[in-house]
Amino acid sequence: MNLSGIVKGILFQIVGSFIGAGIMGGIRALMGLPWKTEPAIVLGGLVGAIAFMVGVGAFKDWWKMALGEEVTEASEVVGKQGLSRYFGFSLDHKVIGIQYGILSMVLLVLGGSLALIFRVELAQSGLQLLNFVQFNTLVGLHGMVLIASILMGIAAMSNYVVPLLIGAEDMAFPRLNAFSFWIAVPASIILMSSMFFGGFETGWTAYPPLSVRGPMGIQMFFLGVFIVGYSSILGALNLIATILTMRTKGMGLFKMPIFAWSVLATSIISLTATQLIGLSFQLVMFERLFGMSFFTPSDGGNPILFQHLFWFYSHPAVYIFVLPGLGIISELLPVFVRKPLFGYKWVAMSSMGIALTGFLVWGHHMFTAGIEEYLRVPFMYSTLLVAVPTGVKFFSWVATIWQGKARFPVPMLFVLGGIIVFLLGGLTGPPNGTVSTDLHLHDTYYIVGHFHNTMFGGFIFPIFAAIYYWYPKITGRRMSETLGKIHFYLMTPSFFLMTFGQMRIGLLGMRRRIADYDPAMGFDFTQLLITIGGYLIAISILVFFYNLIVSAKKGESATGNIWNSRSPEWDILPSPAPVHNYAGIHFNVVGEPYDYGLIGSKYVELAQGIHQREESD
Amino acid sequence: MKHFSIVSILVILLTVIVYFFLQAVGLLPTQASSQAIIIDQLFDIHIGIIAFLFSLIVVFIGYSLIVFRRNKQMPDEEGQHITGSSKLEIVWTLVPLAVVIFISYLGAISLAETRKIDPQALDIKVTGGQWYWSFDYPDYGITSDVLYLPVGRQVKLSLTSMDVIHSFWVPEFRVKQDVLPGENLVKELRFTPIETGDFMVLCAELCGGAHAYMNSPVKVVTDGEFQDWIDEELGNFPQDPESLGERLAKNNGCFGCHSVDGKDGVGPTWKGLYRSEKTLVSGEKIVVGEDYLYNAIVNPNSQIVLGYPANVMAQNYGELFTDEEINNMITFIKSLE
Ligand code: HEM
Ligand SMILES: [Cu+2]
Repeated sequence: MNLSGIVKGILFQIVGSFIGAGIMGGIRALMGLPWKTEPAIVLGGLVGAIAFMVGVGAFKDWWKMALGEEVTEASEVVGKQGLSRYFGFSLDHKVIGIQYGILSMVLLVLGGSLALIFRVELAQSGLQLLNFVQFNTLVGLHGMVLIASILMGIAAMSNYVVPLLIGAEDMAFPRLNAFSFWIAVPASIILMSSMFFGGFETGWTAYPPLSVRGPMGIQMFFLGVFIVGYSSILGALNLIATILTMRTKGMGLFKMPIFAWSVLATSIISLTATQLIGLSFQLVMFERLFGMSFFTPSDGGNPILFQHLFWFYSHPAVYIFVLPGLGIISELLPVFVRKPLFGYKWVAMSSMGIALTGFLVWGHHMFTAGIEEYLRVPFMYSTLLVAVPTGVKFFSWVATIWQGKARFPVPMLFVLGGIIVFLLGGLTGPPNGTVSTDLHLHDTYYIVGHFHNTMFGGFIFPIFAAIYYWYPKITGRRMSETLGKIHFYLMTPSFFLMTFGQMRIGLLGMRRRIADYDPAMGFDFTQLLITIGGYLIAISILVFFYNLIVSAKKGESATGNIWNSRSPEWDILPSPAPVHNYAGIHFNVVGEPYDYGLIGSKYVELAQGIHQREESD
Repeated sequence: MKHFSIVSILVILLTVIVYFFLQAVGLLPTQASSQAIIIDQLFDIHIGIIAFLFSLIVVFIGYSLIVFRRNKQMPDEEGQHITGSSKLEIVWTLVPLAVVIFISYLGAISLAETRKIDPQALDIKVTGGQWYWSFDYPDYGITSDVLYLPVGRQVKLSLTSMDVIHSFWVPEFRVKQDVLPGENLVKELRFTPIETGDFMVLCAELCGGAHAYMNSPVKVVTDGEFQDWIDEELGNFPQDPESLGERLAKNNGCFGCHSVDGKDGVGPTWKGLYRSEKTLVSGEKIVVGEDYLYNAIVNPNSQIVLGYPANVMAQNYGELFTDEEINNMITFIKSLE
């Protein structure tokens, strides 16, 4: 029987989960203890995830290597062609990039749908649709599923684009790369399954002692995130190695396309901070399973410790989410305004600056938490400091646009939208950053508005730009401009409607994560608008998906350098990109990446003087 | 240069418009504490900065996209080859750096102002639990489920939680403080109400279940009215077991989960509870009597009613209340038959 990898993986996961649960039941039975569901699902989940990886074939080559048998070099593997290659184990970074992309979009739809459900509940005061546990579960899962979606989305962009940009044949460790992707699949399934084990009540932040009590769905939430963490860490390791060691000849670090810099910065954060969220979640898991009271004060624990561990990752994480998106903006802007990226080195260094300062500010999520008084002021200084490198990016973008001869195809619209939305996200940050004003803002809908602006501006808009931009590289066809414009012009105003509404009622006293609010506060109308905004965004994204699928077959053919870009994947490679990228093609870096407007200059040139570039129409 | 002059004027114009717009829409609730005034001054500075930076970026981008747009006759026109300017980059690194440090400094001052200590402050112990607030006035020996505050006098809250993390917030007072479980983690919050009226303390930290409804009234009253309230609380309420029981239940958060009017809550309603027939999780059918009620208060997990969650009600009421108090509450529940 020839099942595709994913089907086999899922079958293995199901069987593995039952085996794991059975083992736990067996062990307890041997100890004379009765059946208990919670430990059983934890072990079941873990064994299921490993079984998935076995089923999908992630361990096959490593197993052979361990036995000393021959395995084919990754650069010689010619995988399947056609659609089916996306549903099985592949070592090709472009296939893996698309696989990440599909997973990201699936999670986007799932996570978004959860929000659409609880937004109906919030559209008017009173409890209509959901009970408390359902509402809390939806809110918490919405947050975490979309975080997973974002992590997969940036991995998609990094995997597909980075090797192409730097002239590499593939990633540094193709097998590890495939492993990093596939482990995220069972992890996502486990994460979603928390809904079916009673849900959880804690929101995505999972603060104990609340997370120590209450429904056991939280264990699946913890386990899912814990495993997604592996995907992040290993993926980051791979990207760092790739960027540092596999650039084509002549491409110094400061001659890389700028997106590679932002991926490098992001990966440094992922590689070093993700452990902390994994650890903090693991500790709560153990507290629930084994009664180790890390966070329960009556047993000598401290609930604030969890918040430190959690935010030590989760603040830098917000920069993981946006740095690649900001990199996309810096990467595409010069192409569409036909001007060099203003202050390339400063933009590159600002990513590093953000990544490093991002590690020093986690306490700003805890201004009201009861941390030591003397800690709040230093965290305020460090928090506002992040505005400096962020400002450098903005000013450089503005200077890049200044006097440029802009074109406005759909990717450029999303780039501009991203800049403005991220600007609003950044500007709404400092009031949270000064302690006394944050005492009012913390845990309100204002925060919800703030971070939706940062996430949309720093991730959602840029990834749409990236998809519209690189889609022809993947399929050899363009996405429809008309549908793309409908998508943009529907999503952007709807988004503003949604987040301005959120911030408005937040300032006036709307708390976050409440299932119901007092009609006397007068929020009903604004809440309704927020819900409508959310649904309009969903509709615009449906238009996007329609475009995405239909254009693969029916889109206008686009095999050449349709954006007139200087970077090698457009300038040298045909579309769709060939299997081993530049294998057999030698090119040299002969100029700067973004010297648009400098007549006769080139960034890359084929060696031997062969000029293979296809002219665009 | 001509362009820069126009852009500068537009930036200033838009800044003013945005600033006054944001002021005019009334972003914040009324200022009912002296801390609110201090904090709102800082908000004001933030709004000014937001208005300016927003205008700066948007005007530059918008102006450039419109004024320098591509000539229709030359669709392939390229932009000028300008790669950067270290001078500019240094300026827009150092100036924001200075601004940011200055704002942080203002922020530190603002925080210090909001935390000014008045030794005459009124002491109140605040207890949060799933899902109620309870307020103790140790100077008077009063426990209440309504937070009564005399206007113009600083209050010093000592906050603690019975179970999970909650957060004390009255939007009109601006300040907020998480309420943690643990005897070593009692937190302090000070503010001075400056306006009489009715407000609400809202729990701002997700605490599970009925978090949305963890609100209690706050009444800021004049000194005289405050004294009246204290006198009334101290003596002038009925001392019969039923009323005493009702007060106890009210002040200790029982009504957060149990209604007395028949509405279903996190726990079963008390209306008509006495002598009613219930099915327990164990499948056993019982008729509610005094012994059942006593047990249900002291050891709730031993007899969970079908359809309600275990482990929600605190397990330590047996230690918290004397037997007499528990019997008073039972008398009260019986009165709701
Ligand atoms: C200079 C810019 C920024 C400043 C000063 C800032 C400041 C803050 C502060 C102080 C908080 C905590 C507020 C509270 O809970 O009371 C916060 C929350 C948050 N910020 Fe930012 N921020 C900035 C930019 C960003 C960016 C770029 C992102 C995203 C990539 C981001 C994402 C978030 C998220 C997700 C939260 C909420 C986390 C939660 O409680 O669930 N922020 N921000
Ligand atoms: Cu943060």
